[in-house]
This record gives sequence, structure tokens and C-alpha cells, in this order.
Amino acid sequence: MTRITVTVDGAKYSDDVEPRTLLVHYLRETLGKVGTVVGCDTSNCGACTVHLDGRSVKSCNVLAVQVDGHEVTTIEGLATEAGLHPMQESFHEHHALQCGYCTPGMIMQAIDVLNTHPDPTEEQIRLGLEGNLCRCTGYHNIVKAVAAAAKAPGAAAVSSSKVGD
Amino acid sequence: MTAVDERPAESAEIGKARRRKEDQRLITGRTKWTDNIVLPGMLHLAMVRSPFAHAKVTSIDTEAAKGATNVVAVYTAADFPDGMGACANAWPITPEQVTPDHLPMVTEHVACAGEIVAVVVARSAAAARDAAELVDVDYEELPAVLDAKEALKDEVLAHPDKGTNKSAFWRLDSAEAGTGGSVDEAIAKAREDGIVIEREYRQQRLVPAFMEPRSTVVDPTGEQVTMWTSTQVPHILRFLIAATTGMPESKIRVIAPDVGGGFGGKLQTTPEEFITLAVARKLGKPAKYTETRSESLLSAHHGRDQYQMLTLAATKDGTVTGLKVDLLANLGAYVAIVGGGVPVLGAWMFHAIYKFPAYQFNCQTVLTNTTWVDAYRGAGRPEATFAIERLMDELAAEVGVDPLEIREKNWIKHEEFPFVSVSGMTYDSGNYEAATARAKELFGYDELRAEQKQRRQSGDPVQLGIGVSTFTEMCGLAPSRVLGQLSYGAGGWESAAIRMLPTGKVEVITGTSPHGQGHETAWSQIVADRLGVPFDDVEVLHGDTAIAYKGLDTYGSRSLVVGGEAVVRAADKVIEKAKPFAAHLLEASVDDLEFKDGRYAVKGTDKGVGITEVALATFASHNYPDHLEPGIDADATYDPVDFSFPHGTHLCAMEVDTETGASTIRKYVCVDDIGQVINPLIVEGQVHGGLVQGIAQALWEEAVYDDNGTLVTGSFVDYTLPTTADTINFVTDNTTSLATTNTLGTKGVGEAGTIASTPAVVNAIVDAVRDRGIHDIQMPCTPARVWAALQSAGSAEVAQAQPHFHEEAANNADPGTTGEGSGS
Repeated sequence: MTRITVTVDGAKYSDDVEPRTLLVHYLRETLGKVGTVVGCDTSNCGACTVHLDGRSVKSCNVLAVQVDGHEVTTIEGLATEAGLHPMQESFHEHHALQCGYCTPGMIMQAIDVLNTHPDPTEEQIRLGLEGNLCRCTGYHNIVKAVAAAAKAPGAAAVSSSKVGD
Repeated sequence: MTAVDERPAESAEIGKARRRKEDQRLITGRTKWTDNIVLPGMLHLAMVRSPFAHAKVTSIDTEAAKGATNVVAVYTAADFPDGMGACANAWPITPEQVTPDHLPMVTEHVACAGEIVAVVVARSAAAARDAAELVDVDYEELPAVLDAKEALKDEVLAHPDKGTNKSAFWRLDSAEAGTGGSVDEAIAKAREDGIVIEREYRQQRLVPAFMEPRSTVVDPTGEQVTMWTSTQVPHILRFLIAATTGMPESKIRVIAPDVGGGFGGKLQTTPEEFITLAVARKLGKPAKYTETRSESLLSAHHGRDQYQMLTLAATKDGTVTGLKVDLLANLGAYVAIVGGGVPVLGAWMFHAIYKFPAYQFNCQTVLTNTTWVDAYRGAGRPEATFAIERLMDELAAEVGVDPLEIREKNWIKHEEFPFVSVSGMTYDSGNYEAATARAKELFGYDELRAEQKQRRQSGDPVQLGIGVSTFTEMCGLAPSRVLGQLSYGAGGWESAAIRMLPTGKVEVITGTSPHGQGHETAWSQIVADRLGVPFDDVEVLHGDTAIAYKGLDTYGSRSLVVGGEAVVRAADKVIEKAKPFAAHLLEASVDDLEFKDGRYAVKGTDKGVGITEVALATFASHNYPDHLEPGIDADATYDPVDFSFPHGTHLCAMEVDTETGASTIRKYVCVDDIGQVINPLIVEGQVHGGLVQGIAQALWEEAVYDDNGTLVTGSFVDYTLPTTADTINFVTDNTTSLATTNTLGTKGVGEAGTIASTPAVVNAIVDAVRDRGIHDIQMPCTPARVWAALQSAGSAEVAQAQPHFHEEAANNADPGTTGEGSGS
């Protein structure tokens, strides 16, 4: 077992983990952050996408020990007392989700796309979300939601203090 | 005053693009997927699966696994002498159907790769999986039969004890049924003096590939055993657990919590559910099983996998005179819950919107050593639609007219509704002219045809093709009496209940079981309008057999047209039931009351009382009529009188690079007539998602086995779901002809996009290269296949190809070849 200390959604945790533990399993099973889900095991689907120090990562592709001393933001850390994150609002407004299983990862990746391209073209959105699979929406409304969110103030930011580093 | 009375009448909820109630928990991660559930003392399961497609298990050594740290138990089928239930077939399509027993765990005979031979139970999922590697199983490998055509030969048997691979043969003949003429006569006549189009099309095997892997948690503590499971069919599952395990139904509670997509793929009762139940009961501890994605692709049921041999007869001017369909359907290793019936659903759909005077549908189902095949979005109807819409394009090419012209010549005119089809279905309403006109306009049909011509003339390496699909489908499963005639094992009704809470809130209980469709929102809109209560005051409860105690769940685009009608009727009963209470409170006669916008008013006066006030009054029960019981809740069970027949016109423009074979979607327009729209936002979403699943069949997806029966597309690396980068934005619109078979005039929409889009895309690709002598490309139309077709175009092989029913048939048996039909 290896001791790790990590900040997740603004709170600091310290745990002993098996070195082979994936970040997504640490989040779900140790911290109970079940908002982040597992979809594929082969890093194709992106359902488990979270932010590590402000950049998106597929948490099935990161070991828990790798985040020692770092900061993780999950879908559960996006909304603040003031309300939903603009990207969450935009997904709701534009019906960019149906079953909602891909949604946490899709929203986290969409924010990352806007971090990279604050004023994205449709192609930049589509290429930026290519690593996140959705089986329900046909992507039409997801692309629309991300484009609309880009126009909203604060859409590229998350509540995490490290964002934008 | 209640909120009811303040609600302006013009704010009708039906038709409004309400943002979904479901979203709040889903966008914040506040979800209850089955795999999120953790219970005290909960154990985790890992399955040991056969790597062989066909084998005999000669021995299983579980000792090493049992000795592993944190492993609680390892079981094989021998540890459950009374069995653990069975995966039932609910629809034997003929009384003689060959239906191998499908037990959750293999005792000796493995019929497909992925079948479960043992289960490891441990304190964590990781420990269970580690120990599963330690279970040592000896197999005696047997020859496997994988392809339906091979299976038909009965040379290698999927189930040697059955003596044949043929499961059932089912026919619908219009002459025998008295719904039309003799198809053989029509074909014979066309051979002499008309057009005969003969084709063989392949419906490749697909995987539903819902995003949430299946998961089951069973809690055996307490009086009732509770099962949470990622299913579309909690009620059917509960019934079949009781029916096959002997557990009293009243001791079983099934809950479908948040379910991450289904598309038909979660309407099965699965081996994994039965095994998790059996293990939890045996150990007296909660148990969880969650599949990996590879297990999901391998062991959740597959879809499609048919060969379609088709003969279309027409007069020289392109008027259709007959259609004969010979379907060969690969059921996989077992006849799944409705696996045998899915291809048969095509029987009423191959003739589609066209006025065929003669029709015959033959369906042979066969067993193979592959994963069992069952409903995948559209289930039987996409296959039928693909065949007829491809054929109509071929007919247009033969006659030398525009594909839309040949369709219009043959389709049912709007003034001819209601129309009894050649298979005996009554299409209640529709307007193919209107949908087509609108689609052409949105598409810029004439401009794109002009561009196509120009590109052809200039020899542009990138050619443009235009694909048409004017589809209809039958959905809203289903009138119970019809199902009875088809030997289906259940009814097709749906149930709803409405509870009027004293605080003015309304609970709607539905027997449908949504998993992404937005019933919570749409049902709220229906009830808000019906009862005149605010949208936000309606709560929709579903997916728990202890709450929604009666239901037949969600599949076959049935939820709104059947389940929604049950909701309407329950609401109407509440209104009727509350009326005498209102009259009593108002000291008026029942006959003098009228109900409008949530309020009972005494005609001709300003006196009135809101329905939610009546609810509060019956809760207090201080003052109510002597002859009534104090309560206005109501429930309703609705058995549909007929199916629902949505339709639409889909137009697709594809750009095909003739140098590389790569094709790109340029534009896609669809105009669907789904009757009354409850929520246009949800409808659009259903259409978008459906389109991409249908387009994916045309372009990208295929479940592929190697010669040994190993699924080589066993992960998302190889089973290629479309991404944002592969897809485009769609143009969608609606025309409306109200359904006449339900109160609101609604038709199903969940499967429409998938049913319509596949042939539109393939027609477009073929249209782009037809001038080179190509008239078919097998799905998925990968660049490699398109390129191969372009290379072989005009070759001698193509010119001499035989129609399918000749012994030497050379029609597209190989990917990318371009089989030539006999024509006239």
C-alpha cells in the first residue's frame, strides 16, 4: 500500500492505496465520488474524465498514486453555492444528455475544450470531444451546448483554484 | 387559492420544449447507477467465462481460487442443485420452434464464447477478478458453426443434442391470409412482361453498446429480496425470476435505478442477474456484479445478423406488383427472450408505405455458436426498411427515374388513410407527400441533384450521392390480443396510477421504465395539462416494482403511445372520481360542474374549487359524501387497440472520394411524422440519437467473429462507435398527422431515426457511384469496401453475377462485390 494525499473537489484526503489502483476506482470506491463513472476499461469512452490540475484526464488511465500531491476536480465539484457551472447549464438547456451516463465525462472534457479554445469552431469542438463516446444523443446537441457555453461567461473555469495554471 | 387557479390557460404543456427534470441529477453526478450502490457486507462477483465458442467442460478446479485471500466462495453450476432460474424465451414463433434450454451457468455444454462456467465471490471486485484467473477449467473443444448460411446446412451443429440448427420457419403470405394476391404469380408475370429485381442484402451483426455496462446488486436480507439492476424491464424480470426460480413473486422486488441506455440491449433477463441473485441468496449477503466493457460486448445480446433474399416484381413503368422476402436470421446460441420474434416483426414492414398487391414473407431462424441475438433499436423494422428502401432505389434505376418519383408512384396517398396493408395492418394516418415535400425543401434537393450532375460531368474525384428513405414503422407494442395470436408470452398493455397528495403535489406512477427517454418530463407535461396542475408539482415514479407495481416496461417505442395513454386515462379517472367531492364541497349538483384548467366550476357562476383543494379535503375527510370512500387517487391499465405507424422522409447527401473509397456525410435532413409531439426538444434528441445509430450501421459498426468463434470486436478499440468527429449536425423537422388510436394522437419516436437512416446513407453512397456500374456495397460501407467496389466495377464477374436463388449465386457474398440482379 502507498500513502497518497490528494485534493479532490476542494477537500484534502489522505489514503493508503494499492499501487495498481486506478484513479477512477479510488474516486468511486474510496472517496464515494460515484458521479464519475466507468464506461469501457480501454480509455476509449471518456465517461471517467476528470480534471487533474486543471487539465482533463481519463481517470481510468491514471493511477491513484500518480495524483499524490495534486488536485482533482470531478463532476461533483463543478457546481458551487452560486449554482451550476455554465457548462452544466448549457447541457441542460440544449438537451445535450439523455441517459446521462457519458455526461460527467463529456462535461469535464467540454470545459477542457473551452480552456484550449475559448472561442471554438464547430470543428474544434468536434475534434476536442472525439475521445468521449455518447450512444444516445448523436452528439448534435452536445456540440450545440458546448458552442453555446463558449458564449457564456465563466464557462472555461471550474471552481478549482488551480484552473488556468 | 391553489396554484392551479393561477395558471393561465394558454400555458399548455403539451408541445412545449420543457427542459428535462431528469437532468439536474445527471449533470451534477448525483446519480444512482446500479454500480454506485454499496451495501453493508456486500460481496463482489467475477464470472469465469468460456473462451471457446463450442466446447464440453470436462473439469473445473476451483481450489486455487477458493484459497485466494479475500475470496469468500467459488461456485459452479453443481453448487446449485436446484438450479438458479433460466433465461426464458417469451415468444416461440411456432409451436415446433427448437429452443435449447438456456441456463444461467453452463453445466457441461458451452454453446458460445463468453458463457459462464463459474463465479468467484470476494470482498472486492478486484479480488474477485484476480481469483477468477485461478479457476482452472478443462474444455474439450467442439467444431463451431457461426454463420447463418453454414448453420442452415446442418453439417456442424450448434447444439448437437437438438439434431438441427434450424429453430423455426415462419411465413406470412398475402394470398393465404386473404390480404392480397399470389406473389409467385406476380413475379412470373413480371418475368414475362415487367421488371424483376432480385437482391441479397446482408444485415451485419451489431452490438447495442449502451454506455452504462450492465450491473446487478442483490440484497437478500429482509423479507423481500431486492434486486437493483441495469435493465429496461424490471417488471418482466421480476415475473421471470418468479416463474423460473420458484421464488414467490411477492418476495421479489426489482428496481431499475438510473439506467444508462438500453436500445433493446437491456430488455433481456440475463445469466448474470440470475447468478447474482442465486449467490446472494446462498450466502445471505448482498452481492454485486458489474461487467467489464469486453464482457458487455461479448455477452450482452447482439442485434440484426440476417441475410435477406428479396424479389420485387413491377410493371415496366415501375408500379410494384409483388414482393417476396426470404429471411435467414442468426439467433446465436439460444433463442433469447424475444430473439426469435425480432426478425418476424419485419413481416408487417417489408412492404412499407407501398401498395404491393401481393406479398410473401418467409423467415427461417437458425442457431449458431455465437452470442444470442435479440432486439436492437428498431428490432426487425430497420432490417425490413433497409431492404425495401434499397429495392425502391434499384427499381428507380431500372426504370430510369428519380428515386422519389418511383416512391410517390407507389406509396399510399394521404387521402387513402386509413389503409389496410398487404400484410393486414391498418395504417391509421399519415401524409407521405407532406413529409417528402418538406424534406426536399429543407434539403435543397434539386440543387444537390444539379451539383451531382455537374460533378459527374466534370469527373470530380469526389462524387456526390443522394440517398432517399421514405420509411414507416409499426411501434407501440402492442395490442395484447394480437400478441396472443402470435404466441407471445405476455400482454402489451401498460399501467399508470396517479396519487393526489394533500399538499397539492401529484405523483404519477408509470409501468414504463425509462433509461434516457425523459418520461419524467413528458409524463409531467401530460398530467399538468390534463389535471391543470403546475408542471413542477408533478413527480413521476417508475422502475421499482414495489412502487410501480404493475407494468410491462420500455421497448418497441411503446412508452408514450401505450404508457402515456394509461397516464391520460388515470388522470381522467381522477377527474371523474374527484367530481362528486367537488360537488359536495360546492353544495352543487355533479351535473352542474365542469372541469377546466384544474378547477371544478359551477356552470354559470363564479363558484368553483380546485382539484388539489379536493385532494386536501379528502385527506382531511372531515366533510365528504356518505356513499363515497375518501380518496381520489386512480389507476388505469390501457391495452392498445392497434399499433402506431409513424413515418418520415429522410434525405442524405454523401460525398464519396473515388480515389480512396472514403465517404463523408455532407447533409442529412429528416422530416418525421410522429403525430402529436409532447416535447419537441426530447423528440429532436430521440431523432438525432436514432439517426446516428442507423448511420453507424451503414458506415462503421460490425460485430466480427474469427473462424474459431472468438469475438474480435470485443472492445471499443475494435467495435467502432461513432464519435463527434465522425458525425454532423442534422436538419430535423416534423409534419403532423395525428394518430387515431390514442387520445393525444401520439406515435412512437424512439426508433424512427435508426429505422430510417441506414438505407438513406447506403442509397446515397450507391447513388454516388452507380454510374460506374455499382449497385450495392455491403454494410458497413467502410472506405475499404467502397474502394474495392470501385476497383471491381465493370468487371466481367459483375456482369455475369447470378440472381440469389441460383445455385451459383454470386451476389455480394463477399464484402464489396457488386452483385448484379437479373433485372427484367
